[in-house]
Amino acid sequence: MTVVLDVNWTVKWLTLCAQAMAEHRIELIELDRAIGDSDHGENMDRGFQAVLAKLDEATPETPGAALKMTAMTLMSKVGGAAGPLYGTAFLRAATAVGDAAEVEPAAWALALAAARDGIVARGKAEPGDKTMVDAWTPAVDAAREAADGGSPDLLSVLVAAAEAAEAGAVATDPLIARKGRASYLGERSAGHRDPGAVSTALILRAAVGAAA
Amino acid sequence: MKKLINDPKSVVHESVQGFGLAHAGLVTVSEDPIYITRKDAPVAGKVGLVSGGGSGHEPLHAGYVGKGMLDAAVPGAVFTSPTPDQILPATLAANAGAGVVHIVKNYTGDVLNFETAAELAEAEGVNVRTVLVNDDVAVEDSLYTAGRRGVGGTVLVEKIAGAAAERGDGLEAVVAIGERVNANVRTMGVALTACTVPHAGTPSFDLDENEIEIGIGIHGEPGRHRIPMENADGITDRLLEPVLADLKITAGDRVLLFVNGMGGTPLSELYIVYRRAVQVLADAGATVDRSLVGNYITSLEMQGCSISVLRLDDELTALWDAPVHTAALRWGM
Repeated sequence: MTVVLDVNWTVKWLTLCAQAMAEHRIELIELDRAIGDSDHGENMDRGFQAVLAKLDEATPETPGAALKMTAMTLMSKVGGAAGPLYGTAFLRAATAVGDAAEVEPAAWALALAAARDGIVARGKAEPGDKTMVDAWTPAVDAAREAADGGSPDLLSVLVAAAEAAEAGAVATDPLIARKGRASYLGERSAGHRDPGAVSTALILRAAVGAAA
Repeated sequence: MKKLINDPKSVVHESVQGFGLAHAGLVTVSEDPIYITRKDAPVAGKVGLVSGGGSGHEPLHAGYVGKGMLDAAVPGAVFTSPTPDQILPATLAANAGAGVVHIVKNYTGDVLNFETAAELAEAEGVNVRTVLVNDDVAVEDSLYTAGRRGVGGTVLVEKIAGAAAERGDGLEAVVAIGERVNANVRTMGVALTACTVPHAGTPSFDLDENEIEIGIGIHGEPGRHRIPMENADGITDRLLEPVLADLKITAGDRVLLFVNGMGGTPLSELYIVYRRAVQVLADAGATVDRSLVGNYITSLEMQGCSISVLRLDDELTALWDAPVHTAALRWGM
């Protein structure tokens, strides 16, 4: 059965995101403890639990509506830098998909690019600054490449994005942070993985799970 | 981890409840969303002052709500900036029509969340200006970092800008005073131990028994470098040297000297540091005209201190001396 990016997929994705944040809460706290302030896992878990609670209250009608609800919830519940950054990402993605009932693979690749652009606009980080942008940018490129193929299917776009984000997160290890709280450490930030890049990879991996 | 808490998830909520009960004559506490306002807010004709940031720095910021200082404070989760859904109602509650100044410590999260809240407040017709505090000389290379952090100087900005608002200065004038304080204050901190965030359960960084961390911020984040333990005078010299250099302190300057405890250092030790700092300033030809010593912007139970030096002029001195009545600072009334 071909997977379609509709509201059911979106709700399943968000549910899996919440699961992933709960499961990896301690890991994200530990990564953040090394180069930040130990709050990323706690904040992401709290934010996505709030998204789950919203989904219990009312089922959104379109993928765009679900993404917008997620944006507003993360912005008001996560705090730190991650709240406004992920909030902006989901809001830009929601705007990109509009009120379509089903989102084509190529359109989803564009939505991911819009999300990344939103994060860059808000956080002013560039690739190589050791931030979540280092997971988003390769993911956006890989998704676009997969979507540009002859007959793109959704799953291959989602897998391409997840794999590239995971590789991008690993590639933050040797980088010296230039944005966010890790930047205060200067060279001492090298040798640690960026927690925001890891949470980005978890979110994009959950998208694959929702299509399985 | 041993802490006087019930549940790591309810630390901020229960602490703010207690604060409201203890200072019921001074403040009103909103619990959902969490923010604290001055009892008589909004004060007719007065510019409103709102600050906020992660919890764990008490008495910052709620302890500075009251006459002559802040109109509202917005605490986030421990070491996490508050969210726009808290900052917006606090801003509206502080607004008497003369506009509101957000005093924001320069951290990525605080800046982004206050920026969003300011946009929302503007959309509701409130004039919002922001004073960004970035007094931490530990962060050397601003181009390749998120910029200097707001630390000890924040308390001085809140007191002096608060006094300016209280005497009836307009929106732009209060902003100008706040920026003048920020431009004339520098701070450097040291940690002897790390601190433990309640929900994390383990110390925020690992420090050996005989090591200290120079150039720490206030969120348990590690500092610039780590050196072997020294005596109080040695550490004081080490902290003060970059502060005086960056501030370009010269003979004849009058200053306010602020020795701040990070939460776990006894006042007796802070006074040992203060004593040495006065000597060093005297050697540089500067006069200490005003002082503040104590735990005013903390990092949970961290041992350590920060030293802030503010270059004074007659107006800033008068505003510092102006009456203030908050939970953590009170004089002149």
